[in-house]
This record gives sequence, structure tokens and C-alpha cells, in this order.
Amino acid sequence: MLTHIADALPLVLTWHMAAVILASSAFGLFVGAVPGLSATMATAMLVPITFFMDPVPAIAAIVTTAAMAIFASDIPAALVRIPGTAASAAYIGDLNALMRKGQVTRALGISVTASAIGGIFGSLVLMVAAPQLAIISLNFTSDEYFFLALLGLSAAVMLGTGSILKSLMSLAFGLMIASIGMDTTSGYPRYTFGMTSLLDGVAFVPALIGMFAIPELIRTFVNRDVVAPVAPVGNPLRMFTGVGRLLWRSKVNLLRGSGIGTIIGILPGAGSDIGSWISYAVSKRFSKTPEEYGKGSQTGLVEACAANNSALSGAYVPAMVFGIPGDSITAIVIGVLYVKGLNPGPMVFLTSGDMIMAIFLVFLIANLLIVPLGLLAIALSSQVLRVSKLTLAPLILGFCIAGSYSIDSSASGIVIMLVLGVFAYLMEENGFPVAPAILGIVMGLLVERNFVTSLIKADGSILGFFDRPIAVGLACLVLVVWITPVVLWWNRRRARVSA
Amino acid sequence: MKLTKRQIMGGLALLASSLALPATAQDWPDGRITLIVPWGAGGGTDATARIIGTLLQERVGVPVAVENRTGGSGVIGHAAIADATPDGQTIGVATLEIGTMHNLGLTELDYTAYTPLGLYNSDPAAIFVNARSDFADIGGLLAALEDAPDRQFKGSGSAQGGVNHLALAGMLMAAGMPAERVAWVPSEGAAPGLQDLAAGGVEVATASLPEAAALMGAGLIRPLAVFASERLDIAPDVPTFNEATGHDFALGSWRGLVAPAGVAPEIAAQMTEVLGEVLQDPQYVSFMTERGYAMQWTTGADFESFMMTSDAALGDTLRAVGLAAQ
Repeated sequence: MLTHIADALPLVLTWHMAAVILASSAFGLFVGAVPGLSATMATAMLVPITFFMDPVPAIAAIVTTAAMAIFASDIPAALVRIPGTAASAAYIGDLNALMRKGQVTRALGISVTASAIGGIFGSLVLMVAAPQLAIISLNFTSDEYFFLALLGLSAAVMLGTGSILKSLMSLAFGLMIASIGMDTTSGYPRYTFGMTSLLDGVAFVPALIGMFAIPELIRTFVNRDVVAPVAPVGNPLRMFTGVGRLLWRSKVNLLRGSGIGTIIGILPGAGSDIGSWISYAVSKRFSKTPEEYGKGSQTGLVEACAANNSALSGAYVPAMVFGIPGDSITAIVIGVLYVKGLNPGPMVFLTSGDMIMAIFLVFLIANLLIVPLGLLAIALSSQVLRVSKLTLAPLILGFCIAGSYSIDSSASGIVIMLVLGVFAYLMEENGFPVAPAILGIVMGLLVERNFVTSLIKADGSILGFFDRPIAVGLACLVLVVWITPVVLWWNRRRARVSA
Repeated sequence: MKLTKRQIMGGLALLASSLALPATAQDWPDGRITLIVPWGAGGGTDATARIIGTLLQERVGVPVAVENRTGGSGVIGHAAIADATPDGQTIGVATLEIGTMHNLGLTELDYTAYTPLGLYNSDPAAIFVNARSDFADIGGLLAALEDAPDRQFKGSGSAQGGVNHLALAGMLMAAGMPAERVAWVPSEGAAPGLQDLAAGGVEVATASLPEAAALMGAGLIRPLAVFASERLDIAPDVPTFNEATGHDFALGSWRGLVAPAGVAPEIAAQMTEVLGEVLQDPQYVSFMTERGYAMQWTTGADFESFMMTSDAALGDTLRAVGLAAQ
């Protein structure tokens, strides 16, 4: 571990990396601050650029962009009541209430510092836990991987917002897309209609770019949101007066928010938006003054801001160790890692431990940079908020096309991006969440391959899945995830009947 | 304008060089070179092709663009090389799969679609067991396999019909056992198969030594024998299958530089010569040594007959394991 840090430092402390981190910080802050552009979309737009980079700077760019975007989305949430990304939606009421009370600098001061502290907490957990988990997971066979992937898919459906049935349908759509292409175990082509470009399946990066970016682009044209002009925030240095004392008083909230955020991040399929919703709810539940929540609660703000940035780091634990994405951003990161030859899994910790540690160090740096660069972004926010999304749309579309083409230099990527993008728009307009479909595309093959592999090893017997203790433990976890919603539903029904 | 003697001399020299141009224009290269790689960026074939591309560009002074044309289990890239204009400006890396793809029925394409330039690498497969396994040597393993019923032992290391699958099946057949004595558990590439071996999911795995280096270094798996005609420099302690068992069998993945069929022989000869010089470059040698890739340069007709033998052997093995298309 420690030797890896020594090897990793020369990879991180270079002028090239400094330039990459600063440029992607600026990019992330900008995209985060423009209302309605998500951190995932910022990541998708980075994909074509990362093709020209070495592995460590490429992932560093994504990590920095996402961390900055998640923080910066609090700025429009506070100033114009439109969250920059979904991760700020949980506590938008509090941000805006503080703004109306004339305490906008205080609100953003809390957001900057709590985001940075939560992010650093998550990064430290990642640095310590991931290599340990990787050593354990070297003993995982296809049995354990099957249950892990199944757990991920189940969590994606059960933890999502909205109806479980719609999430399930969305997941099934993703799994259907994943089954296109050569069946990896028998080598038989499925649903390719004789097209060689589909033989290796629906290329996953173009699919992700399309499903995240295209719906937002279409909505830009359909809705034509007008953002009201905002007054400059004033001297941003005044933000920090009294914040230190507040953070010390709410240290329990800070710790609990970071902890919950990290755990939600580690769970496959749930990212920073769900992390901030859940920790905000927990904070309200245990608060002595729950009536303040939604009306300018500063402790609630501390907890949820810490949670969404720590979830961002937590999501990299399963992504790096098992190749199972913790959220939609890491789903894209996994695609980029494969292109760079750093195939995620326990092996990469053995073969490229220094690069992995370098990526983890970037997490720390990016979260530390939130404080100075965040100040700058807040100072400039009145200018950024004036940028019209409509003017950005052609640029974004250009990036999407370049990104889907560059993955294997073929136009089929562009077609996949556009078709799935339009489909994702139709899904979202009808209340179907897109995230389960994405996870279906990313993990469908993982589930299938490990299922078939385990069946072959056990000569077709299902009992073979329960031969190994860790596999049995994971199977029980899956059962818990399946049964809990049913039990909750049953309890609610009984309560209603008896009432 | 007054011409000085020096200017006149310079002009004459320029004229002479422009007169000489048509003669060199028939030489190779005539402008930008494209080097097609049928496998993804970041893999072993891509890494070797990129260093050859960079050094070739330095050597001949024209841009060399490395293009990854992936997909279709290698069909798309191999076809792109074969379909290019045979003027020497497009070359590519052909790999062992050129002998399996048409036998699997994925394409009509085989080695005859190319002008062979030279074989620059072949990494023999080796057979591995878990470090905690009871098998001390390959003889012990073969004896246990001899006594075991079909499909009791499980093996992994590549996709169905991939090179490592064929290596294991070929080994069994060379030792006089049916190919289905070991049930093949397909994996996507060598790394997941070897990891499954380390985790105790399968009893044996086949892969090349560079592919297994990380897990061998971690002390989790150990090689029993290598399917080569002589011991390898990178692992002098590992016996060859032949010396340890007396059965004759060798197989490994290989990578060679090819051009589309129909390149004029004198241009092909020139290309082979220049590429041969590039492969002497110390930068290339240290890269290959560092990664543990074996080096060689088998050119022209020798490379062609190598591909022919490889093709026939792979066809036989695929038919034996029941994967060959009708």
C-alpha cells in the first residue's frame, strides 16, 4: 500500500496533471453551475477528450469534473432555485430559504466546506478500503461475482426513486440491449441481424453518452427554460464567517452524512443524488428541530452536502474492485478504463497498483480544490448563470457525436447513441427511470457470463452456487433486498386495513 | 537578379534531386502509412503495434497512423487489412485468430488474403495450477487426468475456441486423451480465467506466461509446463511439455506484420527489410523484454508456411473439440 503511494506521487505531481486537474475543475464548475446540465453529462462529454490522454490523467479529468460539478450545482440551487444536478434537489428548499433570508453567502459557505469535507472522507475510505477489498476479492470465483452483480441489479431497482415496476421494466430493457451480440460463452451471435458491427454487442460508451446527454438536449429545445438574471454574490470571502463554529457544532451530522453518503455510493446502482436524499431524510428524522427542514435548516444542509460528495468517491469502490459501477458516472468510467487497458477488477490492483493509487490521490486533490476554486465559481456565478443552455446545445451535441464515433472509429456508434438517446427521452417523459436500464446494459453480460460459467463448473446443478460461504452470504443479501420492499408493502397494507 | 556560383550549384543540386524523385517514388513508402490493429487499444497486440508504428515513423520519415479496427472477434480488423489497396501504404497486424475465424465459420477470410511480411512475436501457451494444488509437475497432472472421468476437471483461460482452449485440448489429444476430458469454462480473455484459477473456481488454466505474470508474482498460481519446442528465456525453470512428458505438442498465440495480397514483390521485400531494421531498435527490444514478449523475425515464405501450418493445426483441434463449422 505505502509503496504504491510512493510510486503514485510522481504520476500525480506533474505539470501535465496540474493542467488537467485545473482545466477539468473549471469545466466541472461551469457545467455544474449551469442549471439542468448534470455531472454525468459532463463526464459523457469528456469521453472523446480522454482518448488522447494517458490512463491516469484521463480518469483524473473525470474524477475532478464530477466532484466540482456536484458541488457547483448548489450555486444555481441557492440563487435561482433550479438545482444544477439532481444531487442538490434534496435540500434546495433550505438553500433557497437561506437566500431569501439574505444569508446566501452563509448557505454557499456551508455547501463549499461540507462538500469538501464529505469528499475527503469518501476519498480516504476509498484509499483504505478498495485495496483491502481487492485482496479479498482475489478469492472470488464466478459464484461470488454472479451474486454481486445480481445484488447490484436488485439494488438499482429497489433503491431508485419512483415505482419499482417501472424500474424493473427499465432494467429489463437494459438487459435486452445487453444480450445483443456474440454470446460470450458459446460464441453464438444473438439479435445481430447479420450486422458485423453488432457482433461485439451494443457499444457501451455510445449507449451511455446517448442515454444521458440526448434527453437533456431534447428537453433544452422543448422546454426553453429562461433563467432569471441574478445579482452578484459579493465578496465570497465573507462566506466563511461563522461556518467553522457551525461545522464544529454539527460534527455529528457531518460525520453521519459522510458515512451514509459513502455507503450509498458503494452500493451498486445508487449514487450521489440518492445519497443526499437519504442522508437528508435521516438528518431530519434525528434532528431536534425537524420543523426547520426545508425552511433553511443549516444542519440538514451540512449533512446532505457532505453526503453527495462522499457518495461520489464511494461509488469507485465497487467500480475499481469488481468492475461493478456504483453510480452512472462510474458506469462511464468503467468503459474508459477498459479502453485504456486498465480492466477494473482485483487484478488491476496487482498489475497497476501505482496507477490506481494515483487515481485515488486525485480524489483527495480534487476535493481539497473545491474550497479555493469553489469560491471563484461563486464569485463568477452571476455571469455563468447568464449563459443560455440553448447556445451550449450544439456544442454538447458535437461532443456526443465525436465521443461515440471515437470509441471504435465507426459510424455505428453514432447511430447507437442517437437511437438510444431518443428512446431514453421517451422513457423519462413517461416516468421510467433511465438509471436501471444503464446498469442493465453495463452489468447484463456480467450477470449472464458468471451465471453460465458457474453452471458449467457445477455440471448444470443450481446447488453449485451455494458451495462457497461468501457466495451464500451474498445470496442472503440479495434475498434481503428482494424481500424488504414486499414486507414494507405488506405492513403498510395491513396498517391500512386495520385503520 | 545575379546568380552566384553557389546559387547555381544549389539550383543544380535541387534539379538533380528532383530528377531523382521519380526513381525513389517507386520506393516504399510513398506517403502516409496506415497500420491496422484488429484488437482493442490497450491490449498486448495494440501495445506492440504502437511501438512498431512509432519507430517506423522515425525510421522512414512519413506519418504512421495506428488504427484499431475492432469487433467481430477480430474479423473486422483482419478484413480491413485484406481489403486495403495492395500498394504497401496499408499494413496490419495479423494474429493467430486468422487461422481460427474461418474454421469457426465467422468469415471466409484466411491467411491467403495477405502478403506476409514477417512474424515478430509468438508467445507459447503454458499450463497453470493453483499454487496450493497437489500437482507437483505436469506428469502428476496428466496421471490424474488419465484416471479421471470426462468433465470432472474444469479448465479456463479463454473464450470457447480461443487459443488457450485449443492449447488445453491439443495437449489432451497429444497425451492420448479425448479433448472433453477437461470441461472448458469459457472466460473473456486470459485474465478472468487465471483469476478463477487463483480463487479455486477451476483446477487448471492455460495462458501465455506474460499474461500470467501478475498472479505468478503474487504467488497464487504456478506453471507446470510450457507448450514450446524449447524452454523460454523469461522462465528457464519451466520445462517444455515435450521434455517433461515425451509427447510432442506446441502452441501459442502469434503476431505478424502483413500487407494485403498482391503487393509487388520488390516493394514487399523492401518493406520487410525496413521493418526488420525497425525491430532491431533498442527501444523496441527493451519494450518487448520488459513486457515479457518473445521476439523473432521470420519473414516472407517462411512466415507464409508458418501460417499454413498454424492454420491446419488449429483446424484439426477445432474439429476435435467440435467447434469447427461444417
